[in-house]
Amino acid sequence: MIDVVMPQMGESIVEGTLTKWLKKPGDRVERDEPLFEISTDKVDTEVPSPAAGTLAEVLVQEGQTVPINTVVARIDESGAARVATPREEPAVQAAAPVEAAAPEPAKPAVEAAPEVEEPAAAEAVGPLSPLVRRMLREHNLDPRLIKGTGAGGRITKQDVEAYLAARAQAAAAAAPPETPAAAPPPPPSARPEAPAPPETPPSPPEAAPLPRPEAAKVRIEPMSIMRQKIAEHMIMSRRTSAHVTTIHRVDMTRVARMRERYKAEIQQRYGFSLTYLPFITRAAAQALRAYPLLNASIDGTNIVYHNEINIGIAVALENGLIVPVIRNADEKSVIGLQRAIVDLATRARSRQLKPDEVQGGTFSITNFGSYGSLTGTPIINQPQVAILGVGVVEKAPVVVDDDKIAIRSVCLLSLTFDHRLIDGALADQFMLKIKSVLENWSEEVL
Amino acid sequence: MRICEWRELGRIRYGAALELQRELVEKRKRGLIPDQFLLLEHPHVITLGRNGRLEHLLASPEVLERAGIEFFHTDRGGDITYHGPGQVVGYPILDLRGWRKDVVAYVRGLEQVIIEALAEFGLRGEREPGRTGVWIQGRKIAAIGVHVSRWVTSHGFAFNVSTDLSYFRYIVPCGLTAPVTSMAELGVPTDLERVHAALVSAFSRVFECEMIGPVVPVEQAT
Repeated sequence: MIDVVMPQMGESIVEGTLTKWLKKPGDRVERDEPLFEISTDKVDTEVPSPAAGTLAEVLVQEGQTVPINTVVARIDESGAARVATPREEPAVQAAAPVEAAAPEPAKPAVEAAPEVEEPAAAEAVGPLSPLVRRMLREHNLDPRLIKGTGAGGRITKQDVEAYLAARAQAAAAAAPPETPAAAPPPPPSARPEAPAPPETPPSPPEAAPLPRPEAAKVRIEPMSIMRQKIAEHMIMSRRTSAHVTTIHRVDMTRVARMRERYKAEIQQRYGFSLTYLPFITRAAAQALRAYPLLNASIDGTNIVYHNEINIGIAVALENGLIVPVIRNADEKSVIGLQRAIVDLATRARSRQLKPDEVQGGTFSITNFGSYGSLTGTPIINQPQVAILGVGVVEKAPVVVDDDKIAIRSVCLLSLTFDHRLIDGALADQFMLKIKSVLENWSEEVL
Repeated sequence: MRICEWRELGRIRYGAALELQRELVEKRKRGLIPDQFLLLEHPHVITLGRNGRLEHLLASPEVLERAGIEFFHTDRGGDITYHGPGQVVGYPILDLRGWRKDVVAYVRGLEQVIIEALAEFGLRGEREPGRTGVWIQGRKIAAIGVHVSRWVTSHGFAFNVSTDLSYFRYIVPCGLTAPVTSMAELGVPTDLERVHAALVSAFSRVFECEMIGPVVPVEQAT
């Protein structure tokens, strides 16, 4: 085994980040063939393999940073000796079955059910790399059908591919209906060196029963870059945070009255209509000031409190969404917030936003109510720790003081928070603050 | 003194320049050619480095296409960047074993080349710790992204002379929110030819080599 180490790419360099493996475990690699890539300060470097052989072990994963001279991989340059003098644990176990298999070939044949892992079979042909094992499993192949051309007769990725290609060809040439569904596999004694059957695979048991998927019932289209970005972010967020959602009902009647009173005037004076969103944003900004943990983010085991309250407003685009940010939202009036929302949304839709207008958010609001949704459980916009979802504002019968029923404008506000940092009690206090600001709206000046 | 050939490639599409670099890198590795310094311009193109984050691209492919901007994933270091007319792109194909086996020193060397070239126009380029590239008053004037294979370099720097900076709005340059600038924006309009000359002479000083050129295109040379 040859050790492959993190190279030193300069005097002052003490570590390197492994950015990409160009080979997978089990792959054949030639001496001086690029093996992996590392990154140091805007320089990407391809590192060649120090020896020819099989990439046996990968010890450092992509994205890891390690000191120079750390062993990142091992290359097995032994030839056929591999099976004969096994060094690894699975190979030791393999030695026995290889010898013992011949007298009782019935055993594997009985287990004809398409069980995924078949360790006995795998061991019979010597150690397999994780990649090859996965490929075998995916294609439901018996390794004994495949001739190995790797070190020590090992089955490589290329061998599996070649086998699959040959099989597909054979199947196309002569669909063999006479093949019994559970044909006994060839004798398991087929050792890599032996003249193995895979050279002539016209009737492997798997060939016939596979129904071919019919074409033209689907249409395949690559995702747009924005779609890919969104997909990646959503999954990343789900993986990162412990999402919990709490829902509060808020009486918006006072706000609705304010809005009614000023709507026409604002439309006339400023040229935009007054919605509920700036009121809710203003209430959220006040609540964020009262509960700064909701305006924080997590860095390792540290809590990062942001001094600015920068609220991102999710804007739906034709085929995606973007979250432009209102900076220092707590310093803006309702009209200022409305103006910012209109401006950012308009420019988001015409793709005129500047880079710094979509960055630096410390909290987000998503207004699905504008599409009629009552409530929802939004996903946190990383690296933030909470997001407020705004449901539709509707008139509804509500039981008010003195057990009377009144018609009020109500709205469901949902808060998804990261339970790693925020507990339910705090989240609900935060929501009660928003609720209280909105229900007791007292600002006469917008 | 080592010899470095410099080539004037004019305006060349990113893909074609990539091909040419690959060819020259191979030849350089086999010792068939001396070090090379390619000077060129690209038509509008946005390129994303190996470690670049796609979220730093702010426009959809359709928008880019409509704006006439190509998009490439590439194997250089660094994040996302924009190239276009008015920007001097320099791709040195150097065997670092002939100079210093140190990729960080090499990147500092590229910065030095640009700083010295800027000085010839009375501009003071600066380094910012932790932010590779050349900066003037907190604005980035030149970006750097390099690929090294067996100590032979490719890719290099992009230096805004009279670049239309509005094209940077499609990206978060190098993942930074800091603004970009150009010589023209700083009130020093000039032509690319003079900048090339300044870069070639600075390159010669910094990398201690004798510049020969501009040599004729590779195809004709062989």
